Amino acid sequence: MDKPFAITLDVGSSLANRTGSWRTSRPLYVDRLPPCNHACPAGENIQQWLYHAESGDYEAAWHALVENNPLPAIMGRVCYHPCEGACNRGRLDEAVGINSVERFLGDEALKRGWQFKRPAALSGKRVLVVGAGPSGLSAAYHLRRLGHAVKIVEAGPLAGGMMRFGIPKYRLPRDVLDGEVARILDMGVELELNRKVTDIRQTMRDEGFAAAFLAVGAHIAKRAYIPAGEAARMLDAVAVLRDMEGADQPMLGRRVVVYGGGNTALDVARTAKRLGATEAIIVYRRTREKMPAHDFEVEEALQEGVLIKWLSTIKNMADEGTLTVEKMALDDKGFPQPTGEFETLEADSLVLALGQDVDLSLLDNVPGLVIKDGVVQVGPDMMTGFPGLFAGGDMVPSERTVTVAVGHGKKAARHIDAWLRGTKYAPPPKHEIATYDHLNAWYYADAPKTVRPVLDLVRRQSTFDEVVSGLDETNALFEARRCLSCGNCFECDNCYGVCPDNAVIKLGPGKRFEFNYDYCKGCGICVSECPCGAITMVPETI
Amino acid sequence: MSTHDTPTERPTQRQPVKFYQTGTFTVGNRLLPENVRSVQADMRRTNSLNSGHRACQGCGEALGARYAIDAAMQATRNQLIAVNATGCLEVFSTPYPETSWQIPWIHSLFGNAAAVASGVAAAMRVKGHSDVRVVAQGGDGGTTDIGFGCLSGMFERNDDVLYLCYDNEAYMNTGVQRSSATPPGARTATTPAVGRQPGNEFGTGKNVPAIAMAHRIPYVATASVANLRDLEQKVTTAMAIRGARYIHIHVPCPLGWGSAPADTIRIARLAVESGLFPLYEAHDGQVTARTPIRRRVPVDDYLKLQKRFAHLFANEAGKERIALVQAVADRNIAEFGLLAGDDAHG
Amino acid sequence: MLKQTEGSRAVAEAIALCRPEVICAYPITPQTHIVEGLGEMVKAGELAGCEFINVESEFAALSVAIGASAAGARTYTATSSQGLLFMAEAVYNAAGLGLPIVMTIGNRAIGAPINIWNDHSDSMSMRDAGWIQLFAETNQEALDLHIQAFRLAEELSCPVMVCMDGFILTHAYDRVDVPAQAEVDAFLPAFEPRQVLDPAEPVTIGAMVGPEAFTEVRYLAHHKQLRALALIPHLSSEFAAKFGRASGGLIRPYRTSDAETIVVALGSVIGTVKEVVDDMRGEGVAIGCVSICSFRPFPLTALREALEHAKRVIVLEKCLAVGLGGIVSDGVRKALSGVMLKGYTVIAGLGGRAITRKSLRQLFEDAGADELEQVTFLDLNADIVASELERETLSRRSGPTAEAILRRLGTVASGIG
Ligand SMILES: Cc1cc2nc3c(=O)[nH]c(=O)nc-3n(C[C@H](O)[C@H](O)[C@H](O)COP(=O)(O)OP(=O)(O)OC[C@H]3O[C@@H](n4cnc5c(N)ncnc54)[C@H](O)[C@@H]3O)c2cc1C
Ligand SMILES: Cc1ncc(C[n+]2csc(CCOP(=O)(O)OP(=O)(O)O)c2C)c(N)n1
Ligand code: SF4
Ligand SMILES: [Mg+2]
Repeated sequence: MDKPFAITLDVGSSLANRTGSWRTSRPLYVDRLPPCNHACPAGENIQQWLYHAESGDYEAAWHALVENNPLPAIMGRVCYHPCEGACNRGRLDEAVGINSVERFLGDEALKRGWQFKRPAALSGKRVLVVGAGPSGLSAAYHLRRLGHAVKIVEAGPLAGGMMRFGIPKYRLPRDVLDGEVARILDMGVELELNRKVTDIRQTMRDEGFAAAFLAVGAHIAKRAYIPAGEAARMLDAVAVLRDMEGADQPMLGRRVVVYGGGNTALDVARTAKRLGATEAIIVYRRTREKMPAHDFEVEEALQEGVLIKWLSTIKNMADEGTLTVEKMALDDKGFPQPTGEFETLEADSLVLALGQDVDLSLLDNVPGLVIKDGVVQVGPDMMTGFPGLFAGGDMVPSERTVTVAVGHGKKAARHIDAWLRGTKYAPPPKHEIATYDHLNAWYYADAPKTVRPVLDLVRRQSTFDEVVSGLDETNALFEARRCLSCGNCFECDNCYGVCPDNAVIKLGPGKRFEFNYDYCKGCGICVSECPCGAITMVPETI
Repeated sequence: MSTHDTPTERPTQRQPVKFYQTGTFTVGNRLLPENVRSVQADMRRTNSLNSGHRACQGCGEALGARYAIDAAMQATRNQLIAVNATGCLEVFSTPYPETSWQIPWIHSLFGNAAAVASGVAAAMRVKGHSDVRVVAQGGDGGTTDIGFGCLSGMFERNDDVLYLCYDNEAYMNTGVQRSSATPPGARTATTPAVGRQPGNEFGTGKNVPAIAMAHRIPYVATASVANLRDLEQKVTTAMAIRGARYIHIHVPCPLGWGSAPADTIRIARLAVESGLFPLYEAHDGQVTARTPIRRRVPVDDYLKLQKRFAHLFANEAGKERIALVQAVADRNIAEFGLLAGDDAHG
Repeated sequence: MLKQTEGSRAVAEAIALCRPEVICAYPITPQTHIVEGLGEMVKAGELAGCEFINVESEFAALSVAIGASAAGARTYTATSSQGLLFMAEAVYNAAGLGLPIVMTIGNRAIGAPINIWNDHSDSMSMRDAGWIQLFAETNQEALDLHIQAFRLAEELSCPVMVCMDGFILTHAYDRVDVPAQAEVDAFLPAFEPRQVLDPAEPVTIGAMVGPEAFTEVRYLAHHKQLRALALIPHLSSEFAAKFGRASGGLIRPYRTSDAETIVVALGSVIGTVKEVVDDMRGEGVAIGCVSICSFRPFPLTALREALEHAKRVIVLEKCLAVGLGGIVSDGVRKALSGVMLKGYTVIAGLGGRAITRKSLRQLFEDAGADELEQVTFLDLNADIVASELERETLSRRSGPTAEAILRRLGTVASGIG
């Protein structure tokens, strides 16, 4: 075309005008730490596995999950999911049902026989793990993935620790536990059962272990002094629950009183109900708000007919099973104080659920150890005061949960690995947390949490069938897609779309975006309109 | 043409499936099949208005124009000619020797875009290029004021033209003077925030979408840069219809409204969510669909982000005037039933 | 084919022969008959491949034409007087964009006072808009000029106005020779636009141009008109060769070679002028006349050659540069710059005032005796003017002049359109 001068122009010629020079601040893509990830004691990259689950690629999701935690089907049942408490979606409608998706993935893996990745190269080093509870299993798994030869020595007849001998099967079916343990062993982890380690240094020396991870848990029931008659039937909770796994079920009688306010107390009371007790009463010193047990568990127990006496202590137990109970009242500081008011309770048995102490006998002749409040002190690298000896789970100071135990196992494994190589493991620096105010929640459609189907009450009271069932595929997908992807780009294309200057380059699926600073004027719309807070603005230096 | 030659059919109805995380409301969605994603999410979108234009930072008009024209390009398989009225869009996109347009485009005058477009459409008709479609576009001034005669003529003749009005509620290019689309209370250079009735007079202004509907043209819609999918769907619908069509697009102007450039879309969204800018479409003069408000907000939320309304927050008298603005929003909500329906809800 | 027909009809038929593709217009006397004729042809299907668009204003009419032309269609419109002013902004724009639109101006006075009759004020007001302006002397020439106009416009990518005197030509029945379609086709090839809106080859038309290039753009527009100075006579001769009659060209001198007095005029009045010239020649007066066909571009050189040997030049104008005098005279004076001769400006025929042979004869004689004012208003009723001026001095609130004059004359305004 013979174009008239100046009036008629070649299309797209404005590319010669680099409007980027107008900018006084520039947008930058960032990754922020999602609050769920931050809250996960096992250090799971929750958001990442949800991302895969959202597209229906459950196997990829599962693999991403087990990078950090080898027990998803278990976690999906027993984890107290602090992640959900931290979830930003809770501010919008309800937290994402992370735990239920995790369980779905765990169950899918068991159903489909997905296996862990094998170690790429073997180190030739042997590591001892004492105790096949969640912490020991987790450490063994991670050490194995890092290429070490791992042997677990376990005192009990079966692996699982408190997951088997504490947590009742109506909450954690044993086939699930067995399946997830077996998968770890399939990686080539050696497990020796029915052997209690009595002298750790001896064992290591004898069998040539370069390092050891101790995860013996806390199994010695705490006692309270309760004057009792000869014939009074007084039991401890851990023993009762352990017996549940044996051939003979414990004899608790028709009227069972449980003393304590933790989850263990609830588990015993609910177990008693299932064993045929007409009455299962929990006696607890303080109020419901102060109860260490989780609210949802209290709720489920109450639904099943468990009774709870708040603000009460047990003074004594007579032979014929009569309990004397003193009413308590909270003082101004919130502590329960005796009131001098008494009542009686009839009980065929009293089960004490007052917590557990650690059996530290295997550490008797280890120098350099620090023991405080009955637990072994460890450094940030999970190493005890004795070089090469690491510890985690219930036996070290921390919250006593399966998830924390698993997290300890992972962390210890990484440090043991480094220690074996003569280096130090430096965890990658943590990003800034993607708090709710970083989000533009407008872009998320309203979608309330999927309610997990709950087994009907009758069956719960009479059987040990699992109380809470899992999500089906559609539910799981729905639930995964409720994730807001806080702090990390999920390729929603908003920045690419909203830039008035076409200064965002879309790199293609999975590759995210790039700013074209030749044209970006620094208006900041992309930052305002990024749903998940994955862009920030920084001042231009020149 | 540089762009793709095998465009996919885009359904004209709103996105049927709700994807919660990735949202019905985001530009793209990796979980959706490609052909139902927004045009703007497409790596091969036309970028009809390309980089290097001289619009202010955060200009809503620049954004709205690319949204609308890219969608029209997609809908016509790139067989599109655009006619532009004088105004910011024209000035910032085509200063010699550079143009940002990637499509055949002509600027004639401030007040004649609709008529020039009628001429282009007539030429296409006589030349047998019935696949080549025509859009005319201009600012609110070029549309509701000086170009109104030509616009009405184009409507009345039912010429095959889609007219896009980018409403930034004043004559921005000449330095923010009042137009018949300037809202009550707004400060402009010719309705200063002084005296007993500061800002633009209440009870003035012109509702051009309603006037367009009164012409009984086949399609009229309002749209906003805050709701891309809705906007694209409307452009797509419009391009599937022959005859005169009108889409009135709300495009915040950081310069004229005294708002932060980063807030452009937020402000447009608040206009919709407060009820001040109702989104609807009309076929043959009858309203056939309205986009419901998702999360209703008081007009204050919208007004307070803009310096042109700052005087309303300065004293007690301002409160009464804000109440009048709220009444406008309430009336819109009632008139269009903007709270009814559950289109936008999961 | 020879036909006895109305001027407007002749023009409509000429336009039809040019195979226009888009026609749009808005009614105004005395242009109406042209577009009505075309509208009818389109509606009746006689003009295939042509869109006729009824618009809401002249501004829209020319705007539609701009769009159609930019999109590659051969485009035509017509207007007069107020209508031309109403489209003024678009008139400049069409030229600025270099769009080869052809527009007929049925020349008419501009109000107020509103007046539907002929003079040249309307097209003269647009003389600097960048259009080529051709003035027709007869209906035959009007017909012929339109055919040449499309060729000219399209070769130069420049719009062309063909100006014909309202009523005097538009409404006059005359014998015209309407060429055959094949003849016109042989003269006027299909429109090949210099620039076009085309999705296959997109361009931006109508950019904003700042001080860095605006002067060059304007110079190029000027240069385009200078090229037309060569092209117009060329087309005129080609036309003559193909159609067997002379039409168009820059100027047409008549009996000027030895003339001492030369009258310069535009449009149909030249017919009357020639009659008077013939009469006076018969009496031995060395008088001749020049008809300016191309007012834009203004043929400075051709005029100079035609006029420089004369003793005096009378420019007879149907328009008035209020406060100055003549518009055409200005150009003529420029053409003769440095040449010593007497120049007279005569304002005549305003608002349809008849220009009679008698008045002209008197005028030319006065001029020959060098008894003319520099600027003369032909047949000005001095009494009316004097008394009106007097009345105005009596009261500041003297009321509208036009109405006062009419009252005095006892005439009623008639046929206001
Ligand atoms: C009734 C009950 C319910 C609970 N419910 C939940 C729940 O729902 N969610 C949750 O997160 N947490 C729950 N917990 C807590 C959780 O089970 C523990 O925090 C967790 O199991 C601790 O893991 P660990 O590996 O440190 O120890 P454990 O699980 O106790 O495992 C220690 C293992 O070491 C073995 N062992 C001990 N000494 C030796 C030795 N010397 N040699 C060899 N082997 C040895 C033991 O036999 C045992 O198998 C519950 C606890 C109880 C008691
Ligand atoms: C006939 C005419 N009158 C006035 C102007 C001056 N002018 C150019 S752009 C403009 C304002 C445009 O306002 P609007 O149409 O709302 O577009 P915006 O710049 O706000 O996008 C004005 C008044 C002009 N170019 N032409
Ligand atoms: S003045 Fe307003 S409309 Fe014009 S370019 Fe700037 S932001 Fe855009
Ligand atoms: Mg505007």
